[in-house]
Amino acid sequence: MRYSGLKVITEGLFGNKGWTPAWRDPAPKAEYDVIIIGGGGHGLSTAYYLAKNHGITNVAVLEKGYLGGGNVGRNTTIVRANYFLPGNSEFYSHSMKLWEGLESELNYNVMHSQRGLINLFHSDGQRDAFVRRGNAMINQGDDAILLDRDGVREMLPYLDFDNTRFPIYGGLLHPRGGSARHDAVAWGYARGADQRGVDLIQNCEVTGIDIENGVVRGVQTTRGAMRAKKVGIVVAGRSSQVAAMAGMRLPIESHILQAFVTEGLKPVIHHVISFGMGHFYISQSDKGGLVFGGDLDFYASYAARGNLPMVEHVMEAGMTLMPMIGRAKVLRSWGGIMDMSPDGSPVIDKTHIDGLFIDCGWNYGGFKAVPASGWCMAHLMATGEPHEVARKFRLDRFATGHLLDEEGTGSQHNLH
Amino acid sequence: MRLTCPLCGERDRREFYYYGAEDYLHRPAEGAPLAEWDNYLHLRDNPAGVTKDLWYHEAGCSQWLLVTRNTVTHEVLGAEMVAGRAK
Repeated sequence: MRYSGLKVITEGLFGNKGWTPAWRDPAPKAEYDVIIIGGGGHGLSTAYYLAKNHGITNVAVLEKGYLGGGNVGRNTTIVRANYFLPGNSEFYSHSMKLWEGLESELNYNVMHSQRGLINLFHSDGQRDAFVRRGNAMINQGDDAILLDRDGVREMLPYLDFDNTRFPIYGGLLHPRGGSARHDAVAWGYARGADQRGVDLIQNCEVTGIDIENGVVRGVQTTRGAMRAKKVGIVVAGRSSQVAAMAGMRLPIESHILQAFVTEGLKPVIHHVISFGMGHFYISQSDKGGLVFGGDLDFYASYAARGNLPMVEHVMEAGMTLMPMIGRAKVLRSWGGIMDMSPDGSPVIDKTHIDGLFIDCGWNYGGFKAVPASGWCMAHLMATGEPHEVARKFRLDRFATGHLLDEEGTGSQHNLH
Repeated sequence: MRLTCPLCGERDRREFYYYGAEDYLHRPAEGAPLAEWDNYLHLRDNPAGVTKDLWYHEAGCSQWLLVTRNTVTHEVLGAEMVAGRAK
């Protein structure tokens, strides 16, 4: 079924009786060409592009819970392409271009809103770093505008510009940055993959990966064994556990990142604002809630909920930046399980097992990467070669020293 | 979350600095192969469940602690001082 405005109107006139489920609920087959473990944003987009770009449609996506029930449903929905390291820059640029065509591509309203992202700076040194970052973004073909203090004040008059500790000197505006409706991205890719013949199998937990003589043969699941020529592990938040089924130890430590949302308010924050010095960022959802978050709780955790010290820190940072939000009531908070890699960058690569591939290590930046991650993982699994824009996301780069340390803080788990 | 320091008793999580997994206690010998260093610095079991990791009692007694805790429930099961423990 094709969705359109006309369809919404006619269905509304005739009792909404003509809608059909967005995807099938197929029984697992005994054999597939490709099995993707993980029905989140990255797994679903991988399946979609395997079918769309490479014509590989005998594919199953195995999800232990329900589609989009993991990190793709637990993030703060920021979409941006403001990286500067070669290796990251071209990848996120590619992802941004895919975002810009995503709704017509999927025939699904993902509510992609390019409202502009502003990174604030508070010192001359930080300004220099942002000039450099902006130039790197422009060199990549993306957009960046340096705002001085008055320029920021014109757009964000409600900030505390004269804060004693962090006076606002200006900001780097990324006009194409913004946000999207997170669940819709997962659902849109799921529907698109299903329409192309991909089997989306929910409540199906992988319990083992079958390997014979260094070649992957299939998987064991709670819904029976399935054979496959190729298997992709796309399970951010549980990467270490699934990789361990293939005897692998990953360069990943799982951490918790909390986020918060207030009650619905009238439009007040029109951009995505990041206040790096306070580890704070904020935007307003289309429902009106202020969506904001901070830094990791900074200890290994799979609890999907955080502790109070970081809650307090985030609230303090928010009040420091924009005292007006003290009037809003926080409605709820939650935590996501972050695959933290030592250098803060992800992995899309082959493994030492023939036919077994892995897409993991998205740290706290996985949402904006959903389109390009699927695009590149599908390319890798279909052709056996890394995609040009993801060629540096190697699994062995920590051993070889080819790091992608965007923050420049070092290659150690507790530094990102 | 509160950790029980062997010297100071039960203390707020904010007094402690988290360093990382127990792996950091097993530093390879000088001249060890690169793979061993990669294993020590980067690769982790990263268990969902009981784990042991290193915490520094920064705002307390300045001891390094090896804490046993559950990463799924945040339950803290014990802590011992790294200094003087049997290898």
